[in-house]
Amino acid sequence: MQMQLQKVFERPRTLRPVATHYCPGCGHGIVARLIAEVIDEFGIREKTVGVAPVGCSVLLYNYLDIDMYEAAHGRAPAVATGCKRVHPDLVVFTYQGDGDFASIGTAEAVHAAARGERITTIFINNAIYGMTGGQMAPTTLIGQKTTTSPYGRTAEQAGFPIRMAELLATLDGASFIARVSVHSPKNIIQAKGAIKKAFSVQMNQQGYSMVEVLSQCPTDWRMSPAEAVKWVEEKMIPYYPLKTLKAP
Amino acid sequence: MNPSENPLYANVTMAGFGGQGLMFIGKLLAYSAMKAGMNVTWIPSYGPEMRGGTANCTVVLSGREIGSPVITSPQALIIMNNPSLDAFEARLQNNGHLFLNSSLVTNETRREDIKVVRIPANDVALEVGEKRAANMVMLGAYVEQTKVVTKSLIFEGLKEFFGKKMEFLDVNKRAFEAGMRCVQDGS
Amino acid sequence: MEKTFMTGNEAIAEAAIQAGCRHFFGYPITPQSEIPEYMSKRLPKMGGVYLQAESEVAAINMLFGAAGTGARVMTSSSSPGISLMQEGISYIAAARLPCVIVNIMRGGPGLGGIQPSQSDYFQATKGGGHGDYHLIVLAPHTLQEAVYLTMNSFDLADKYRNPVMILGDGYMGQMMEPVSFPKLTPRHTPKGWALTGAKDRPANLVKTLYLDPEALEKHNLVINQTIQKIKKEEVQVETYHTDDAEIIIAAYGTVARIAKTAIEVLRNKGLKVGLIRPITVFPFPCKIFEELADRRFLVVEMSFGQMLEDVQLSLGRKASVHFYGRTGVVPSYDEIIVEVEKLVK
Repeated sequence: MQMQLQKVFERPRTLRPVATHYCPGCGHGIVARLIAEVIDEFGIREKTVGVAPVGCSVLLYNYLDIDMYEAAHGRAPAVATGCKRVHPDLVVFTYQGDGDFASIGTAEAVHAAARGERITTIFINNAIYGMTGGQMAPTTLIGQKTTTSPYGRTAEQAGFPIRMAELLATLDGASFIARVSVHSPKNIIQAKGAIKKAFSVQMNQQGYSMVEVLSQCPTDWRMSPAEAVKWVEEKMIPYYPLKTLKAP
Repeated sequence: MNPSENPLYANVTMAGFGGQGLMFIGKLLAYSAMKAGMNVTWIPSYGPEMRGGTANCTVVLSGREIGSPVITSPQALIIMNNPSLDAFEARLQNNGHLFLNSSLVTNETRREDIKVVRIPANDVALEVGEKRAANMVMLGAYVEQTKVVTKSLIFEGLKEFFGKKMEFLDVNKRAFEAGMRCVQDGS
Repeated sequence: MEKTFMTGNEAIAEAAIQAGCRHFFGYPITPQSEIPEYMSKRLPKMGGVYLQAESEVAAINMLFGAAGTGARVMTSSSSPGISLMQEGISYIAAARLPCVIVNIMRGGPGLGGIQPSQSDYFQATKGGGHGDYHLIVLAPHTLQEAVYLTMNSFDLADKYRNPVMILGDGYMGQMMEPVSFPKLTPRHTPKGWALTGAKDRPANLVKTLYLDPEALEKHNLVINQTIQKIKKEEVQVETYHTDDAEIIIAAYGTVARIAKTAIEVLRNKGLKVGLIRPITVFPFPCKIFEELADRRFLVVEMSFGQMLEDVQLSLGRKASVHFYGRTGVVPSYDEIIVEVEKLVK
């Protein structure tokens, strides 16, 4: 008797066959795969251009087999704007962390959204600066300890964490704004749905789209991957509720 | 050759309130001279004030390549108000021409080494039917006195600048001619 | 050829369009706002893109994105805005993206003033942002020359995959002069590196990050070899009455044309005075200075002595170099005459 082997799981064409530099338990690798799957499912690998700026996001170009820019810290929405305005036929997305999107690049983020730029932002919010070794982020929670808030973040000293999804949802140019997470299989499936929707909004010329992805960073949170998943559930989601804030 | 000794060379600074149309007559003069085949430069004072402040511009016309468009001692001055007289009269060259809009300039010049041409430009402009055309009266006087370009070139330039607004074209022509006559009558 | 009476800012904008530039990203600042204004009027009507960015920081990064697709792109600003762009310019140079950046200089440091200046010479010619790179820097002295240099700047940028800066000043931007636009056939260099979607080819990557130090050095060597080639092949300089000159004025841009009038007057008085006018301030025309190093030099700038250092380097320590500079104010030819006469006495 002959064994029939059926392929039930394979690497997306857009995902390069390489190991990522991400730490064990990190959410980045999951999101990279979701983006690759969405690109494959839409069949747009040959007309998609990505922009990954400074932070743990930056090496995305090593994992996605598409044309990509590596941009300056915070400037990805401006770079994506330049690309998209020259080639409106391309599908252009940015892949940005919280330091990038919610701190140094807020001007570019807000104005790309306000202009209704036909680009998509995948915003990884892990409440910490990962690549530089665990400093406080604009999205670091009150009380959260980081290397630059060693006694825990206080509102008096460092102000309040920014909810980018809520902020951008107020802008007329922003068409699709959602917050998802990748801390459980169910959430991962929902996250993929949101990313897919965001790309389709861009392809339908409906304006700016952004998906905020709550992501775990066990290394810089000084936790095990299992503890990190729990921390997303118990600490992050109450402050950053998962929902679609705006859809066309 | 010293630029001021070049027979095909002239420069003039014009100054007054913003809105008196000095930038306009400066550009018109330069444009008309360009049409006559001359090299020209026009430079405004550019400031944060868009309206009502002081405005001045300098025009250089030359049969040869123009080196400096920056003129600290102009051969001629067109002065439309008292503050401009204070600001610029000391800069005029020896034997230079000072064209004063005597309708508005009430101060006296302290210079005795220059030629003063007084033109009641606002009154003349009112007489031809457009009080805003005092600038053209002054330009008419300047062109009649210096002969740097012909009247017909100025009129061709005006046509270009005004396009289809014929009513403005005619009254501006009349104002220019009235300015010329002021100099003719005065000499 | 038909002549048009335009401001320098308009002339530069039109020259860029004639050279095939269809995409412009900018932010208003005096005294260069006529460039974005002109572009916003013209480009949309010819299928191009004008976009007012939220800041100079964003504008230069939009340029990065647009240049990365291989399009002919330009931005313009004035000194404080150019300072804000330095980060992006460094990235553009590192990613070897061809594009054109116009700096219509005004007085600094800080907010400075809005009057013309040449005090960004160091920033323009020595790199400006962080890292080992140079821009090709073209310094026109008349509006007609600004047209020629702007038209050519896109070809230069493409040829070397290196950003080009047009270095003008507020005087040049605001003044009007007749200009003509020669028919130009842009030399389009193939851009296999551009990001247009990875169709029928491996994916392209526009990047500046090289974490492996040896890879970084290798990349910087490529940039440096380009710069060396530019130094060898792209120097442009004008000499004016230098053959018999005992005193040579060194000046660029608007100051150089003012100096020409001073030289005319001085020669009428029997003084043998000439001019060396760098047209490319990077690459700097060292050789002509070396050849004439036995003469006496007067460097004149709208700064307190920036090009002066390049002149001194070119001439060597034994040369006789004097300096006259105004900053925030345009020097007149009378002032230059006085300075030269001081040297003769």
